[in-house]
Amino acid sequence: MATTKKPVRKKNSTAKSNTIKLKFDTSWPYAPAPESKSAATIHKQYDLFINGEWQKPLSKKYFDTINPANEEKLSEVAEANEADVNRAVTAARTAYEQVWKKMPPKERAKYIFRIARMVQEKARELAIVETLNGGKPIRESRDFDVPTAANHFFYYAGWADKLEYAFPNRGTAPLGVAGQIIPWNFPLLMAAWKIAPALATGNTVVLKPAETTPLTALKLAEIIQEADLPPGVVNILTGAGATGAAIVNHPDINKIAFTGSTEVGKIIQRAIAGTNKRVTLELGGKAANIIFEDAPLDQAVEGVINGIFFNQGHVCCAGSRLYVQESVAKEVIRKLKDRMESLIVGDPLDKNTDIGAINSKQQLATIRKYISIGKKEGAEMYESSCPLPGKGFFCRPTLFTNVAQSNRIAKEEIFGPVLAIITFRTDDEVIEKANNSPYGLSAGVWTDKGSKIFNMTKRMRAGVVWANTFNKFDPASPFGGYKESGFGREGGLHGLLPYLELKG
Amino acid sequence: MPVSKERIIRPDFSLSPRIDQVGVEERASRFTKRSIKKETKLNGLKLVLNMIDLTTLEGKDTDGKVKQLCYKAMHPHDDLPGLPTVAAVCVYPTMVKVAKKALEGSGIKVASVTTAFPSGQAPRDVKIRDTKYAVANGADEVDMVISRGKFHAGEYNFVFDEIAMIKEACGEARLKVILETGELGTYDKVRRASDIAMQAGADFIKTSTGKIQPAATMPVTLVMLEAIRDFYYKTGKMIGMKPAGGISKSKLALHYLVMVKEVLGEDWLSNEWFRFGASSLANDVLMQLVKEETGLYQAANYFSVD
Repeated sequence: MATTKKPVRKKNSTAKSNTIKLKFDTSWPYAPAPESKSAATIHKQYDLFINGEWQKPLSKKYFDTINPANEEKLSEVAEANEADVNRAVTAARTAYEQVWKKMPPKERAKYIFRIARMVQEKARELAIVETLNGGKPIRESRDFDVPTAANHFFYYAGWADKLEYAFPNRGTAPLGVAGQIIPWNFPLLMAAWKIAPALATGNTVVLKPAETTPLTALKLAEIIQEADLPPGVVNILTGAGATGAAIVNHPDINKIAFTGSTEVGKIIQRAIAGTNKRVTLELGGKAANIIFEDAPLDQAVEGVINGIFFNQGHVCCAGSRLYVQESVAKEVIRKLKDRMESLIVGDPLDKNTDIGAINSKQQLATIRKYISIGKKEGAEMYESSCPLPGKGFFCRPTLFTNVAQSNRIAKEEIFGPVLAIITFRTDDEVIEKANNSPYGLSAGVWTDKGSKIFNMTKRMRAGVVWANTFNKFDPASPFGGYKESGFGREGGLHGLLPYLELKG
Repeated sequence: MPVSKERIIRPDFSLSPRIDQVGVEERASRFTKRSIKKETKLNGLKLVLNMIDLTTLEGKDTDGKVKQLCYKAMHPHDDLPGLPTVAAVCVYPTMVKVAKKALEGSGIKVASVTTAFPSGQAPRDVKIRDTKYAVANGADEVDMVISRGKFHAGEYNFVFDEIAMIKEACGEARLKVILETGELGTYDKVRRASDIAMQAGADFIKTSTGKIQPAATMPVTLVMLEAIRDFYYKTGKMIGMKPAGGISKSKLALHYLVMVKEVLGEDWLSNEWFRFGASSLANDVLMQLVKEETGLYQAANYFSVD
């Protein structure tokens, strides 16, 4: 009798439970929704913006700037040499001594407010150009880069005539001419981060945008010209490493502000040793994002996704090391993989694109190199299954599990959409692992327990620690690193200090 | 010997996953950034229409009103051929018979609210009888309300048992469990109530009665979809989702579809697993569909109001 009832069903149901999977390849795909290119004007050629005018480069050289999403040429820009840098620094010095230093602070503020409003007015065009030149999705340049850049100008415009309240009972004086070198990951936003506080505090500027992404800085130059800023107060020079070196080494520059790689940061440090140039460096990072078992997991997963895949992972504060408590690791990894399936990689101009193009061929090669290193090191790689466009530089969102602290993918900055996942058991262990890095720019903590947040943030060696969120920026909040992530703060009241001499 | 109730060990629902309010609202708003154009819009609108539970739940409902609604359900807009019908007509138990007859042969389901809808403030035996009455009259689907008072008092087992008993009373009819999220207060509690309902045997979980504000919102629906996903991974069992109340525009309905697609995927994109509880949504969808077909918006007067 007992033989008639076989436990067939049970076997079936366990077999089934192993194959439970959500299907994201759907019969209801999104039709293309590209933003129109015609709303933006890009000239065939750009000269150098020196002393309020467009000047031909003394180098007589121009180089191409391309769209990384299809490798097509967008324009060509001048390559500034030492003589060009010298012209720009001279213009900035003259503007500083004769106009800007003497101008009543509230008049300076008016100019900065004007720039801010014009950035807002031209927001759509700026977003399109940013996306075309840098490869970031239009959703991000439209909703993040451009509005945050405008906010930065607004914020520092407000400080210009209130410096005596920022540092009570201490007189303040500007430094002089600031040489500013910015990276390619947030071209317009970084220009705003650099220019706004420098102008508010009464300094003049020579700014060099990154070699691969000069166009929005040049658009900003057009805005500055239209805003009638006195000639020479802001000069924008395009070029590559040699142009940057000429700025750093120019004897008449009082301050260097650099955002970029730790490697170049070290070169700058060496170059200015022995001079009286002031310097702030905002360099690389390898942020730890920590998920405790009591965290709101779905929101944590979303935070991790934004932390590492925002701007293709080209973010110095990207949450590239995920520490997840072992008891929830399996679930978190499953949720991450599901979420990655719904990320759309493709045409950056499409409003539905989540992950755009990698900024350059060179950067794509670096990312690929690290992915193969990760595999060789024995970590387990997973990438989403989305199709990639045939042309241009693209990379699928990727994660590695079974990663050890000693793996290179866990130690070195990849600057791409690659996440390394490491498990932990106790609070002390994760603190030790999170701080076990030459970098210290940012970190994230995910827990439902308020007291744990404060305990963790206090012990974390990172300039910014986000709790139950990630990659949030506000002009009023200072940003900057510990250790090899650099020094000096940008944003907030702290962001005024690197451009001021405090007296008394 | 009867097993005493105390011996039954149920999950501790107070341990349901926590939800971060800021995070879930931010995620929900991200779905609204998807741009839905051309054939995606057209197909999406048709899908929305096909997912609607056309609803009339009023004290003044009559046989005539219900019949008219049923006709609308079968013929949303005959000027535009090839349209799908709605998914179901949702009425009070006393109207089930009328609706069933009117919809005969159409394939459209009859859903009935029961358990002393909308407050649920009635003794359990009344709720069971209410349900059995609806099913006996031909209801294909039962929309019950949970006892929110007991839920707030922490009597999760009471809520659980009640759902399980109504499920038993449903027989073959599919059970939708209304959490009335507008009365629950926090996302944590929405998640907890979702877990209780699914464990107790719900086939669908539903946000609202439509009688309380706020009714369905995107973040609340997201919390419930995530609960459904976690339950699916644990058990292999699919649970349906029905946001109800407050969704009256096509654009918003398409945002909900985007959310379902990106959270649960392809399998849930049909009226077997996703519904909209709405009445005025249908005409807005029709208006958009006509616009997609002809390129012109027609005045509201061209769309029947039933």
